[in-house]
Amino acid sequence: MLEQSTKDKITSDLLRSIRLTNSFKAWMAFLTLSLFVCLGAYVYQLNKGLVVTGLGDYVSWGMYISNFVFFVATSLIGMLISAVLGLSGQKWATPLARMAEIIALAFAAVAGLVIVSDMGRPDRLLNVFIHGRIQSPIVWDITVVTVYVLISTLFLYIPLIPDLKICHDKIEKLHPIARKAYKLLSLNYTGSHEQDLIIKKLTRAIAIFIIPVAFAIHTVTSWLFANTSRVGWDSTIFGPYFITGAFVSGTSAIVIAMYFFRTNYKLQEYITLEHFDKIGKLLVLVSLVYLYFNLNEYMVPGYKMKKFDARHINALFTGAHAFLFWSVQLGGLIIPIILLIFNKMRKPLPLLIIACCVFVGGWFKRYIIVVPTMEHPYLPIQNVPLNFKVYSPTLVEILITIAPMILVLLIVSTLAKIIPIVPIQETIEELEESHD
Amino acid sequence: MIEKEEQPKKKTRREFLQQLGIVGIGSTLGGSAILAALNYDKSKTDSQRIRVLTAQNELHEINKDDLHKVLPSKHGKLTYLQQQGRDGLEGKRFVMVIDLSKCQNARKCMAACQNAHHLRPEQHHINVLKMEETENTPPYYMPKPCQHCDNPPCVAVCPVDATFKRQDGIVLIDNERCIGCRFCIAACPYSARIFNWAEPLNAQVEKDVEYNVELNVPQKKGTISKCLFSADQVRLGKLPYCVSACPNGVYYFGDENEDTVTNGTTKETVRFKKLLEDNGGYTLMPELGTKPRVYYLPPKGKTVPFNEQDREEASEHLHHS
Repeated sequence: MLEQSTKDKITSDLLRSIRLTNSFKAWMAFLTLSLFVCLGAYVYQLNKGLVVTGLGDYVSWGMYISNFVFFVATSLIGMLISAVLGLSGQKWATPLARMAEIIALAFAAVAGLVIVSDMGRPDRLLNVFIHGRIQSPIVWDITVVTVYVLISTLFLYIPLIPDLKICHDKIEKLHPIARKAYKLLSLNYTGSHEQDLIIKKLTRAIAIFIIPVAFAIHTVTSWLFANTSRVGWDSTIFGPYFITGAFVSGTSAIVIAMYFFRTNYKLQEYITLEHFDKIGKLLVLVSLVYLYFNLNEYMVPGYKMKKFDARHINALFTGAHAFLFWSVQLGGLIIPIILLIFNKMRKPLPLLIIACCVFVGGWFKRYIIVVPTMEHPYLPIQNVPLNFKVYSPTLVEILITIAPMILVLLIVSTLAKIIPIVPIQETIEELEESHD
Repeated sequence: MIEKEEQPKKKTRREFLQQLGIVGIGSTLGGSAILAALNYDKSKTDSQRIRVLTAQNELHEINKDDLHKVLPSKHGKLTYLQQQGRDGLEGKRFVMVIDLSKCQNARKCMAACQNAHHLRPEQHHINVLKMEETENTPPYYMPKPCQHCDNPPCVAVCPVDATFKRQDGIVLIDNERCIGCRFCIAACPYSARIFNWAEPLNAQVEKDVEYNVELNVPQKKGTISKCLFSADQVRLGKLPYCVSACPNGVYYFGDENEDTVTNGTTKETVRFKKLLEDNGGYTLMPELGTKPRVYYLPPKGKTVPFNEQDREEASEHLHHS
């Protein structure tokens, strides 16, 4: 058995972050202010219509849709870390589970808002529920994303119950309302063996169930594209291509979160160098798989160069989108893979920098998937203004694209302030098991 | 009363019951018939009767009291114009034939269309494209309306049934329903669809005009528009706007069921299948399985030369960007 003093130390260490600091307040104020600026841009768009964007009748999906795909993609990390690694007995990932779940929930929930920002008539959103038709992939997408958000909430909440009890019991200097909220949310958890068993079973059940749902959300998202006859989208591997890409973005997101929580909340003992090393290796693995899918996706049409594919491939390889395409492939995928093979590169700081490149590269990768295809329809683009032929996003559009990212930061920062970012109960349990 | 009169006569019990039954039923039927007739007369005189034309073009006489004004409702009920626009014309299968050998890029079709549907200059329901298939084949002008596919990808992907296929083959849009997701634009391989990115051209003037699905007027900000095969004209038995406007005899329009199409310029009516057969008719990108209702006749034997300036634009699509 673990000594009580060790348990107390773990508890107090991991609870330390739950208090309002001035730096936190400043951070939140900054985020809120930025969010308001971006919301101003959205109000402007609501008034004027989508004409304030760089979109046109040919490139009618642009940054918003790229952003949506990226958000759905990144939200898959919850499933990868907590469910896949958890179920396969990778105990080292336990301290990262909650972080992954928070990221997953934030990105999935905000993805729904991203799609609304792209709608010409957001006031008619309810039509999707009133007149929804089952054969439209959009209806599938809304269904599975909603389910995923609900399950992710449960996946965050159920294993959190013991920690909520700990929060209620152990945090000193807590506002009475907050203490009451912890008590309410901990659902009369007393720490009995039966309750623990129920939580274990439930968590396991959710972990199993969330895997197909997570696969579904991103597969369906890929079908928004693959179910059309467009060059660059008309592909049978789009489902797995998107899923593997999602793991890359998600893993890079959790590296970034790990680094900042570790430094800001002084969690060096809990999020260790070993964690960075292992998550770095995971990033190599998922990136390699994604690279393999990229090879298939571009090499096969690139070899044949069919009439319409050729224009698309040429624009990506050597044409108008070549710089972005190669930056993303090299800087966001190939170079990170090579660097991460070295031990030194899997230390926190280098890994953070690499993960940032992968994360940003991941965003532009979605842009590369969405936009060039729309610039290459089967029939020529003629008798329209130049801005219909070549897409260039406007400032308003960029602000509205940034808004969801700010919202995610707000959600993650808030959640990390009110619940322990590293699970307390599970960390203690695991330490006990390893002692036994 | 009748039953009372019969009572004194001596009859067997069986006979009596039989007759009683016959008389009883007869009087009941007669009574109810008289009652119904009285009621019918009463209804005729009591309230005003009016005559209305149904959607099937039949004249009916009904009580004025039974008349209800159909108002647009936010909860799924459709206005008369919306319902009519969705139902389409019974027994018809509209087709268009575009003779590419005749097109000289006069663009009267584009102008007539934009005028009818209140579009901006850059918005095209029909667009005359400058085409060049390969470097050695001659360029040609190709008017491109919506293909009104029998297997329309746009209709399949629409999440709210805002775009639909009618029984007469026309694909239309209900811009009171459209949520502006633009999935249909992404799905359409013919780039036939446009979007009202800004407030439409006549938004202020047409504020109170009732929305006509078959004309897609008034246009609405944040919704889709596209070629409608001039469903409003077709309902009146007229040819589409573009077809009538063409000075060069490019367009034929008609009914596949009748196997006839009428040229918009010469007003000559010919056999649809024969026209395709004699001139090597084809559809655009049949390999996509969309089954267009717009047919093309190849640009064979053109007399008017292709504009040199247009040649450059035509070859742009040919070369790799």
